Amino acid sequence: MSDISAAQAASTSDPAGGPEGSTGADRTLWGDVRYEMVRNPVFWFSAILVFIVLVMAFFPQIFASTSPTTSGACPLEHAREKPTWGKPFGYTNAGCDMWSSLVWGTGKSVIVAIFVTIGTVILGVASGTAAGWFGGFTDTVISRITDVFFGLPFILGALVFLAIFPTRNIVTISIVLTVFGWTSLTRVMRGSVISTKQRDFVDAARALGATDLFIIRKHILANSIAPVIVLATIGLGAYISAEATLTFLGVGYQRPTVSWGLLVSEGQTLATAGFWHLLVYPSSFIVVTVLAFILLGDVLRDALDPRSR
Amino acid sequence: MTETKQPDVSAGPAKSALRDVNFDPSAPLLEVENLQVEFHTRDGIAKAVNGVSFSVAEGETLGILGESGCGKSVTAQAIMGILDTPPARIAGGEVRYRGVDLLQLDESKRRHVRANKIAMIFQDALSSLNPVFTVGWQLGELYRMHTGASRKEAKVKAIEMLELVGIPAAKARVDDYPHQFSGGMRQRVMIAMALALKPDVIIADEPTTALDVTVQAQVMQLLADLQQEMKMGLILITHDMGVVADVVDKICVMYAGHAVEQADVFQIYERPAHPYTKALLESIPRVDQKGQELTVIKGLPPALVNAPPGCSFHPRCTFATDRCKTDEPELYAVPGGRSSACHYWEEVIAK
Repeated sequence: MSDISAAQAASTSDPAGGPEGSTGADRTLWGDVRYEMVRNPVFWFSAILVFIVLVMAFFPQIFASTSPTTSGACPLEHAREKPTWGKPFGYTNAGCDMWSSLVWGTGKSVIVAIFVTIGTVILGVASGTAAGWFGGFTDTVISRITDVFFGLPFILGALVFLAIFPTRNIVTISIVLTVFGWTSLTRVMRGSVISTKQRDFVDAARALGATDLFIIRKHILANSIAPVIVLATIGLGAYISAEATLTFLGVGYQRPTVSWGLLVSEGQTLATAGFWHLLVYPSSFIVVTVLAFILLGDVLRDALDPRSR
Repeated sequence: MTETKQPDVSAGPAKSALRDVNFDPSAPLLEVENLQVEFHTRDGIAKAVNGVSFSVAEGETLGILGESGCGKSVTAQAIMGILDTPPARIAGGEVRYRGVDLLQLDESKRRHVRANKIAMIFQDALSSLNPVFTVGWQLGELYRMHTGASRKEAKVKAIEMLELVGIPAAKARVDDYPHQFSGGMRQRVMIAMALALKPDVIIADEPTTALDVTVQAQVMQLLADLQQEMKMGLILITHDMGVVADVVDKICVMYAGHAVEQADVFQIYERPAHPYTKALLESIPRVDQKGQELTVIKGLPPALVNAPPGCSFHPRCTFATDRCKTDEPELYAVPGGRSSACHYWEEVIAK
């Protein structure tokens, strides 16, 4: 994964850019982030995409009235029917409407990704901060544990773990992806905390009577979290594709659930046989969603760094 | 302009934590006695501070002078209690504030001594201010933490402090980030933060080193004015003899972790009683020596892990004899309330 390089790019932002006139309003860090972002067209592009995807995930009935899992929704005589003007998305291998399959599959993919992102961020930030701040023995223990998890090949590990579970649903897939995903955030957070810890303002804060907890909460987290937020946003996209990968390999969701990964895995064998739409539509949904999250992460990174203003 | 009000600490968390500490108002403001700090490194124990003693009274300025690596900053950090332990360890001595040994206080009380009683100004204001928060937030948070002020009150106080240290348009600038200030203004913000809770002692660790000369003078003047106004004791750590001469009352010269000479500022400049002080003064460039080679102190300060036996300055000293290589000089009392750690102080002072 290119996590490390992305995080480095996030932390080594150049301190260029002249000071902008202060507006005199009550400005906070997040107030400024908002100010930066609403003026960025890339933010609006990615945010609108992300918004649509999220609405689609939680309220699929807005976009497609009938779920492909309701009985009678998939008449077999339509199976693999190609797109027409009336039905621009065509039909799936099972004869379901492709559009409603995609819409109703969004939730399964996105909710897993959200769970995994929340899980990895909590685990990663907590363990990374502990390792970086306390150092010594704590650091050794946490770092060795992350090394062990790094040593496990992701696909193989996930395959083995998921094969153990008798039922594979949102919870099990989220757990497995979290278990294999938190370590990269831990490493980034640890490095970030160590470099922040050595900066003079931490000593200055201590000299002005701040408690350790206050220093960690305000000074350390605020100055170390940016690469993690970027990584997590990018990771959200990556987990959508990871879920698709696992499902494609047969250890993710199982029919009759609909998910993007299932649709891709169905489509891949038939795509070369002339049924291109079976592969292209679900793949492009994954690509666009992942891209939207990565772009959003990128905009966030730029906005979170006050030195780049 | 708003009226400057004394921050109300009577109800704040700081007051309650320090209530059962018996500060004696008649005792000297700050006394450091025989302070010893060691660093445990792979190469052995580095004795960074070796029995340093000095005292500061209200309204008095003490200059601690010395080369890089002679233990000035470590002394300051030991007084503040912000040394990283380990690797550092305070091996002995006392730091008494109003008669109470701070080294014996537990951390929760010690924390409230910082900023409320003793505060510190750091060398590099840019890196000592948190880049992701506005200066107003950073100043205000001090009041919120130590006096329990509300957000609104804290902001009003922050603006007052910024006005006090001479930042123009403080009301507008309170919401600016540190990087939006110039170097001199940033150092003023640092001073404002150190003075925010009206401490009795300020330790300024090379406060003007990162500034250019014109700004240096302004910042030093500001510091001196505020000190007189608030009747604080000021410890000024510097390697700049020029800065020291203007503002300090007495000087403590440090070399390799020892306080080698202590005296009144006029006495030191007129008649140094230690060869190191003498050499430092001779190495200041002077206009009337134009064209001549500048006198320098040859060699480097000794490594602190295995300091030379005897007087630690003897390898670089022009007065050194065989006695200096074996006998460590005690702190000799020099007439005029001074002290010098040199066997031959009489010879040095006479020259």
